[in-house]
Amino acid sequence: MSDELTQRVLKCIATAKRIPPETVTIDSEFQQLGIDSMDAVEILFALENEFDISIPDDEVRAVRNVRQMAEGVEKLVAAKAANASAGQ
Amino acid sequence: MRRVAITGMGAICALGRSVPEVGASLCQGRSGIGPIESTDCSQLRFQNGAEVRGYSHQPYFDDRRADFIDRFAQFAVISAREAVRCAGIEWTPELQERAAIITGSCVGGQSTEDIGFHEVYKLGHNRVHPLTIPKTMANAGASHISMEFGITGPSFTISTACSSAAHAIGQAYWMIRSGGAELALTGGSEAPFSFGILKAWEAMRVVSPETCRPFSKDRRGMILGEGAAMFVLEPLEAARARGAAIHAEIVGFGMSADAAHITQPSAEGAARAMRAALRDAGLAPEQIGYVNAHGTATPANDVTETAALRSVFGAHANRLPVSSTKSMHGHALGAAAALECLATALALRDGVLPPTANFTEPDPECDLDVIPNHARPAQVEYALSNSFAFGGLNAVLALRKA
Repeated sequence: MSDELTQRVLKCIATAKRIPPETVTIDSEFQQLGIDSMDAVEILFALENEFDISIPDDEVRAVRNVRQMAEGVEKLVAAKAANASAGQ
Repeated sequence: MRRVAITGMGAICALGRSVPEVGASLCQGRSGIGPIESTDCSQLRFQNGAEVRGYSHQPYFDDRRADFIDRFAQFAVISAREAVRCAGIEWTPELQERAAIITGSCVGGQSTEDIGFHEVYKLGHNRVHPLTIPKTMANAGASHISMEFGITGPSFTISTACSSAAHAIGQAYWMIRSGGAELALTGGSEAPFSFGILKAWEAMRVVSPETCRPFSKDRRGMILGEGAAMFVLEPLEAARARGAAIHAEIVGFGMSADAAHITQPSAEGAARAMRAALRDAGLAPEQIGYVNAHGTATPANDVTETAALRSVFGAHANRLPVSSTKSMHGHALGAAAALECLATALALRDGVLPPTANFTEPDPECDLDVIPNHARPAQVEYALSNSFAFGGLNAVLALRKA
């Protein structure tokens, strides 16, 4: 996972939840950060806007921590890049 | 305190355009859920809804009158007409003045507003249609019902999201019971199928990409619905005196607030509303023979509602049939509780408990008798109808077989 992508994911989570950025790390669990289901929906909204991706409901059902979230985003960003280059 | 009878019922929804049609669908366990036709859903994560398919105002309103009435308020008037016809009401000036109208709606005429906002924001028009405000206001249903029948008594609209119609019917019940009105027209109506509203629901990530499977292990969320149901309520003695057919009695109403979270449901709040309804009705939990559940088919609601039912009913919950008719008429938001009050009244009157349709697999966290897929003949004396809204505002009606 690129450090730049990770930093952007962490920033999205901190901004959406309105918590200090330093409290969110790649190893944070959502429960630990007090992220409930509505917070999670807002974070997904922020990530979709930040990375210009669409995150399907089924992809996120089992996501419980920041690392899983960042990995999911990385996969969707890679798929978007592959689609774009295939289209060229 | 006076006893309160339901003497008239009217409905329009995905299951039919009259009470007999809706009742037949409920008994057959036939779901009205299918691809949404009134709005282009190609840019949405979900494609299915419970619409009044092929609806046109033309059999119900002339073109000029329809210009003034959003679809949600048209549904309110259509179902109110059926309810009044069914009750055999003969209006007199005295009755018109002593009659109340209390309707529920969650989003009102937002579909009309959506069109106007699209025109100014997207198309750059400098003006919206002059009837946008009177078509959008959530009380339009109550207002058009009052004009339809010349009702001049207390009339208002309650908006408590998915509990709107239950709060409305509950207030109407209490008004009749206390002598505040001699007749009430009450229920709820909704028509939420416009692109902006559907996008907002999509963003919540609570709508199923397939169908609505309440209490089923593989449930994937709710399915939006539209329509209306309205009831004529009268004092039982007056209804008997004029020889009216009595479909059911309303015997209790309870409300509560979760005071917890704006979207996550609370078992304690739901349980408090059920207990309040039982207390209001003077009933013991063991006397309840059927519960029409809120049963949205979201992962959170159905588990929480199961816990709430177990907390209120204890061991009786093992023998208590519970079903969610949202599996058939969808989640019609501000009309939901009215459609479900109708399903409950029909279950008591006709001796057939409606099923939870689309059920595939039991969920250990929803270990109730959910009447899977097939209606069940049963003579039940008392039943509850549950409504638990976003925002944690809960309302529960208690009904008795007439």
